[in-house]
Amino acid sequence: MWLVKRFSISFWLLVTMSSLEEPLGFDKLPSMSTIDRIQRFSAGACRPRGDDMGMGSCWMDGRSCSTSNSCDEDHEEYTGETFPWRRHVRDVSEGEAFNQRAKSLSKNRVKLGHVSKSRNWLDQQYSSKCNDRGIRNITNKFLKGIPKFVKIVEVGPRDGLQNEKTIVLTSVKVELIRRLVSSGLPVVEATSFVSPKWVPQLADAKDVMKAVCDIEDARLPVLTPNLKGFEAAVAAGAKEVAVFASASESFSKSNINCSIEESLVRYRSVCLAAKEHSIPVRGYVSCVVGCPVEGAIPPSKVAYVAKELYNMGCFEISLGDTIGVGTPGTVVPMLEAVMAVVPAEKLAVHFHDTYGQSLSNILISLQMGISTVDSSVAGLGGCPYAQGASGNVATEDVVYMLNGLGVKTNIDLAKLMLAGDFISDHLGRQSGSKTAVARCRVTTDASKL
Amino acid sequence: MIVTMVVRRLGKISRLMGNRASTLLTSNGNYSPINRQSTSSTYRYSSDCNPTNKVLRNLPPYVKIVEVGPRDGLQNEKEIVLTTVKVQLIKMLVSSGLSVVEATSFVSPKWVPQLADAKDVMDAIRNIQGARFPVLTPNLKGFEDAVSAGAKEVAIFASASESFSKSNINCSIEDSLSRFRDVTSAAKELSVPVQGYISCVVGCPVEGMVPPSKVAYVAKQLFDMGCSEISLGDTIGVGTPGTVIPMLENVMNVVPLDKLAVHFHDTYGQALSNILASLQMGISTVDSSVSGLGGCPYAKGASGNVATEDVVYMLNGIGIQTNVDIEKLMLAGEFICKHLKQPPSSKTAVAWSSKKANSKL
Repeated sequence: MWLVKRFSISFWLLVTMSSLEEPLGFDKLPSMSTIDRIQRFSAGACRPRGDDMGMGSCWMDGRSCSTSNSCDEDHEEYTGETFPWRRHVRDVSEGEAFNQRAKSLSKNRVKLGHVSKSRNWLDQQYSSKCNDRGIRNITNKFLKGIPKFVKIVEVGPRDGLQNEKTIVLTSVKVELIRRLVSSGLPVVEATSFVSPKWVPQLADAKDVMKAVCDIEDARLPVLTPNLKGFEAAVAAGAKEVAVFASASESFSKSNINCSIEESLVRYRSVCLAAKEHSIPVRGYVSCVVGCPVEGAIPPSKVAYVAKELYNMGCFEISLGDTIGVGTPGTVVPMLEAVMAVVPAEKLAVHFHDTYGQSLSNILISLQMGISTVDSSVAGLGGCPYAQGASGNVATEDVVYMLNGLGVKTNIDLAKLMLAGDFISDHLGRQSGSKTAVARCRVTTDASKL
Repeated sequence: MIVTMVVRRLGKISRLMGNRASTLLTSNGNYSPINRQSTSSTYRYSSDCNPTNKVLRNLPPYVKIVEVGPRDGLQNEKEIVLTTVKVQLIKMLVSSGLSVVEATSFVSPKWVPQLADAKDVMDAIRNIQGARFPVLTPNLKGFEDAVSAGAKEVAIFASASESFSKSNINCSIEDSLSRFRDVTSAAKELSVPVQGYISCVVGCPVEGMVPPSKVAYVAKQLFDMGCSEISLGDTIGVGTPGTVIPMLENVMNVVPLDKLAVHFHDTYGQALSNILASLQMGISTVDSSVSGLGGCPYAKGASGNVATEDVVYMLNGIGIQTNVDIEKLMLAGEFICKHLKQPPSSKTAVAWSSKKANSKL
């Protein structure tokens, strides 16, 4: 009986699923009958299973883990020519997979016959599939080492906004944080307790923390440059903090006005105090590939600073390519050096897209076993060292790639893009995310139907 | 096979030696960079990596870049670009070291008015040495026009998606392949090499996902009819390594690896990671467009072609030879962007210009 039911569902899926859409040519608009067949797929409505969460799962409190987060499963039987293959499906029981597909498709089915003007209208994800003969070693080699789950640390509200010249209202910052959390982001860097003299944009740190104190679905770390900043953060309700060292001596001196060693001494005080309060501390290392003053940074230096931060109690070390000069050729040796002294699951990568290299650097990092990636919604936060150039990698572009790889992130891309739209509209400029721009253009054109 | 291994090993050794020349291994085992000062005070960040690391181990030592800016890039521009500007662009691209520059197209000017000056462009570049100039030819007539105009290499353009084939070139895939067989037969008689392009190798704006087997079918047809190279185009830029790798795997089953090229669009910002995955699969020819010329016709205002500067930056960083001088390339990009009155779509170019401007202060 169960088998009959299962095959019925499969047959139903086959007849109702249609071609899956990405951008339509506005000068080559399909007929309404084609549009009637378009289905909406929610890219991120699902949550990862507990046993898929892998690294970082200890911080995912309160998450219910039941389904995958990708619409991959919805694609599975859309055409007789494709053979379904998804890395994460290996971990999901067949019965559960069919149930989930049936549920999400039944939701999508109500959209048949309607052209939705929402951002999600053509929100189909092209994701990994098996070839006709199954997975061969030559491809396994490049995809099999990639983690099943990647935690995204959203730095837009802090690292993104801190570079904005025009002061953003507290209410806007808070609304951004709320929208980001509602998209499923598990960690959103909320603000910074650096002196307002240096970062006036974040002078409202206390007010922001007060306004977000009821948020439970995400962790909201804040930057603390020293013990004083830490104490102010804790008084404001922070439950997690971050400290910021550099692998470059020159950058340390110019950016935080002290040598690397002096900064480490400061951070040891912060870590000690944090330990007493049971507050986790994240460590950032900047200039892990290059420095605007010194040039190339030796991997051994990065490893040294990473190890110091790890030994003093940082639960995670985020390796930042501050000026975005890295490529796989320099990122790989740097990661090798750091991974020799800090476990891979304690590492995160924070690439800047100044030279357009961040996604390829993220890909290589995933292949090396890294499973935490920092990014910024709408690519907020330019490069302070090359005016007009890009800075942070856009979260939307990262999630798009991860979805396509079949990697779970727990993030609803459509909601994320709405958060990006919100802040971009407020800042009066186009999103720095190519995914967001592409989908916006598609929706705009589709609305002319 | 032994010869291939030896060549690869020699390539790797020369690459490593070239890379090591950019750093000093100090007595305590650290790497100290030798900073190369350029006009923009840009440090050269390149590979010091352990060649045995599995993620970079078998990358090709050399990648050929096929520059499509003058054709694929400019054809989308609304304002007609003067022939002299096109020719100057081509010259600057060649002088940067690019060995293949797609010069123009012999598609009817009714469809692509921007390239109505194809004959004049070919005339103006006929004496340029050191590079190949393939031109697009949609059919036998276009081929004949191209040859009369002096073309020594042509390209044809099929699709892996039936709907896209019909909407883009007004015929089915099979009909297009018949047309192209006429072109390749004629080309063979004149010893003119033919490159084959396949569009929509991951997704189609109408049909959605395109099965890898379909791409392999079209690739095989083009290869069997005599194409010397097959360029696989992600026309709407929706691919990621998760979809690109299975597609490449399918195609590599039926067409030799060294005959394949990848042509990724950066519409969703995915092009460089797709290129990296393709290199890991052994692909060694990459199409790109200077300054990212050529937006996406299916999502107005969105990116299209991947920028050559960004590709070369990555390849340089990995230690892969391209024979392209990135600074000269960026000057070519500056030239055309200035003329088009638009900023470059290359992040490398934007960062470089900014640093150049700052260094003058």
